Amino acid sequence: MRRLLLAFFLLLFTIPASLAVDTPDEMLPDPALEQKAQQIGQQLRCLVCQNESIEESSAPLARDLRHIVRQQLQQGHSPKDIEAWMVQRYGEFIRLRPAFYAVTALLWLMPVLSLMVALGLARRLWRRSAPSPAPLTPEERRTLDSLLKKD
Amino acid sequence: MTTLATLFCPEGGHFALALACALAFMQGVLPLIGLRRADSPLTALARPLALSQCLALLFAWTCLIVASLGDDFSLKLIAETSAISKPWVYKIAGLWGNHEGSLLLWVTLLALWCAGLALLPGQNATRPERLPCRLRARLLALLGLVGAGFQLFCLTTSNPFLRLWPVPADGMGMNPLLQDPGLAVHPPLLYGGYVGFAVPFAFAISALLDGKTEALWARYMRPWVISAWALLTLGITLGSWWSYSVLGWGGYWFWDPVENAALIPWLTGTALLHSVLVVEKRNLLQGWCLLLAIATFAFSLSGTFLVRSGILNSVHAFANDPARGLFILGLLGLYGGGSLLLFAIRAPALPVPQTGFSPLSREGALLLNNILLCTLCAVVLTGTLYPPFMQLLFGRTLSVGKPFFDATTIPLTLPLLAVMGVSMALPWRQARADRLLPRLAPALLITAGAILPAFWLFPTPLAASTALLALWVISAALCDLALRLQALPKGDRQLHRLPRSLWAASLAHIGVGVTILGLCGMAGSQERLIEARPGTHATLAGRDWALTALTAHHGPNYEAVEAHLTIRQRDTHGPVLAELTPQIRLFPQQGQRTLHVAILHRPLEDLYAALGSVKEEHDPQGQGHYTAILRLHENPLASWIWLGGIIMALGGVLHLLPARRRLIHSAGKARA
Amino acid sequence: MKLTRRHLLAALPALGAAGLGAGFVRMLHGLNQGHFDPRAINTPLTGQPVPDFPTLSPLPDAPALPGLARENFQSLKQPVLLFIWASWCLPCVEEIPFIRQLATSLVNRTAPLALWGLCYKDQPASAARWLEQAGNPFTRLGMDQEGQAAIDWGVTGVPEAFLIMPAPQTGGRIVWHRTGGLTDALYQAHIRPHLEGTP
Repeated sequence: MRRLLLAFFLLLFTIPASLAVDTPDEMLPDPALEQKAQQIGQQLRCLVCQNESIEESSAPLARDLRHIVRQQLQQGHSPKDIEAWMVQRYGEFIRLRPAFYAVTALLWLMPVLSLMVALGLARRLWRRSAPSPAPLTPEERRTLDSLLKKD
Repeated sequence: MTTLATLFCPEGGHFALALACALAFMQGVLPLIGLRRADSPLTALARPLALSQCLALLFAWTCLIVASLGDDFSLKLIAETSAISKPWVYKIAGLWGNHEGSLLLWVTLLALWCAGLALLPGQNATRPERLPCRLRARLLALLGLVGAGFQLFCLTTSNPFLRLWPVPADGMGMNPLLQDPGLAVHPPLLYGGYVGFAVPFAFAISALLDGKTEALWARYMRPWVISAWALLTLGITLGSWWSYSVLGWGGYWFWDPVENAALIPWLTGTALLHSVLVVEKRNLLQGWCLLLAIATFAFSLSGTFLVRSGILNSVHAFANDPARGLFILGLLGLYGGGSLLLFAIRAPALPVPQTGFSPLSREGALLLNNILLCTLCAVVLTGTLYPPFMQLLFGRTLSVGKPFFDATTIPLTLPLLAVMGVSMALPWRQARADRLLPRLAPALLITAGAILPAFWLFPTPLAASTALLALWVISAALCDLALRLQALPKGDRQLHRLPRSLWAASLAHIGVGVTILGLCGMAGSQERLIEARPGTHATLAGRDWALTALTAHHGPNYEAVEAHLTIRQRDTHGPVLAELTPQIRLFPQQGQRTLHVAILHRPLEDLYAALGSVKEEHDPQGQGHYTAILRLHENPLASWIWLGGIIMALGGVLHLLPARRRLIHSAGKARA
Repeated sequence: MKLTRRHLLAALPALGAAGLGAGFVRMLHGLNQGHFDPRAINTPLTGQPVPDFPTLSPLPDAPALPGLARENFQSLKQPVLLFIWASWCLPCVEEIPFIRQLATSLVNRTAPLALWGLCYKDQPASAARWLEQAGNPFTRLGMDQEGQAAIDWGVTGVPEAFLIMPAPQTGGRIVWHRTGGLTDALYQAHIRPHLEGTP
């Protein structure tokens, strides 16, 4: 409970901070490299805030991690290496886009699965064909007629 | 003022809430007994009870508003969320910016929907298309039962009328981020939509209780689906606009659980909107439509539950309280679970349609639309619930965020757009390709002609192809209207002669296309972060952005630093495009700092500036200089995102207006 | 009544909802009991050797308190409880009476456990003042002013605690980790079993 309270407390303070515009100092001079850094950063979760990437957050830890991403890029590490470096320290939690492994298989297969199930059910409708619909009762027909006249 | 305050004292409001709860319970039980015993006076009680329940809740709201405007900090809710210095608009709007108030809003909106249903004239011999009185009484009863449960929740665990002792001299104030006009209207619209889906839900339960669907029930239900859908669309649009214009870095959708909780019922609601059409016209998919009606409302309820329970990791979460979560979960189990159980028992007995249809037909397209929308819904739902469930089941913590949702939802949206364009041109039952192609030809030509410009204008191939599909949707809707107009008899070729429902559907489809175009445009947004002293120029998107001055500004309950930016076309000598004044606001009462973004909406782009921070520097001569950090954005087509949402909702409204007769009437006048 | 595929299909939504509902009930129960925290982060370090991290200097004004380095874990004779803390952190203040009590009880029992500290993003002066006021429970203290070592440890905030067991080959193995303050209840439930060799 205390941790929850703490988190809530943090929340109050991270909201305004997350709006903060950071200094241009931390951006890399090379625009192409900077763009690459932003792409990597957008895949990494800010660990102290909710559902924000480190690029979007201004929490101090996010700033540190952003710095590390840029440092490692400059040293010539690949995006994959950098992500692995982060996962080694913070675990799968830091990936905003989970990797595909046993635990996340259902998550990634969900679109295909539900599409297949839905299409399978729909096929029965398409194939079902019979001569004519059930006739309307006289009352229904009267109502329908008056409606059709109105429309 | 004193008599007013005595009349509308918080205890009065508390009493009114309790009274409303009792009335709602009676509204739920008495008509059902009446219907069973064929006792018409008892059945007829449904309408007056619904109206008086609504009045009681409105009275409770009046009490709360009087207390808030009168700064009555002896009320816990007001002491915690208001302050003397707060502008009066937010003293009212702030009431639904917290857990207790928003729940009261929820039940009040439900009562308003009930009152609307009660006030609507019933069926008679001359107007058979209206709702039969017996069905209406039953719907009111079911809605009364839903309302009673939530009002009981309000009274027992989240009563907004609780007093506080000792009474503080001033309140703690409201989160400054929420002090925004957009957010004042956002909850009523969003909740109006959530709650509005209670009416189709009641229709579904009523049909399942009978074990058969009434003739024309889909026709009775459709206006309610459309109105709830239109409100939800507006609510989501406004919420997204708020995050764009308030949060300060140009984002409009974060795939946050709370946003997803609104998107999920919107997706199923949209599916319902389309499948109810199939039921109405072809009497197919009855069971599916009932299930969608139940699911949409159940998802609306679960949204309320998940936000308040603390289970989901969200930015927006209210003060989390597992005890409240358990109560709402109970209600959710009762209403959602109960109705799904009813569905499981009764749905197999529904009449099996004997007719089928070809995949290439209006029904086929609507069915495909339902499949894709429900798959999207399944993806969003899974993504939202996956982290807590993985933690519960395997003790693994993981995150599912924007990159995941982008990767999975976009491929599903593209075929949806493709189908949307074709669907309007398809006839019911069976389409013939040789007739279909000429109908689609104009739209296809327009889209094909736009291929090269699209790939030139949009930054990525994905954005370009999505934009082309959006253009396809828009042009198909417009061409379809034109062709149908042409098909009218020669002397009568006027736009208003076309059926209103056709207009509504076209408008809604155009709205979707416009929104998607906006999203594609935003993919090419450019931003720049600069450190600037007054007099500094920067270039972004071929414009010259100059910081001319930094000034102080006093607000009603905040102090602010204001940056004055002048944006010129081309270079420093070009004509002035805009003056933007972003601010940093400091709310001393909360010790909180917010950014006030300045945006110039232009038809094809937004110019967007946020002031991040200001610092004072001294040069060697000891002279002070102010330096500002500014984030500048150029967002192409940004306002189209929300414009599209408004167009969609307008389509819904158009469908609801009793416009036909009036249009003909006014047209007649115009001719005369 | 004959059960058909139609019955099965109609029952599926209710079954799915029941599954979700059961999950939600367990989550709420866990939230109430404190063993389900949706904001928790599993550290991948549990069960792993102590990570490589830059050597941390001691507090300048406290010569009796050595700093912290990776090598210190190489020659462990006893388990180490490593606290990540800072003088600006409120929950750390709430945690300190327990840590001090733990320190005194350890001294009396000829110390089967060492208490080490990692001071996260703090000013040496305020950290020293804070330690003086709180009564220093630590036998080693590293100043991580830049927060770089904390990132190597996968720290997301203060306070956090790691329990490290001696492992001569790898130089210390992390067996337990907690984000948030420590209490006696947590110590009894999670740390003591490790110390007594019955995790």
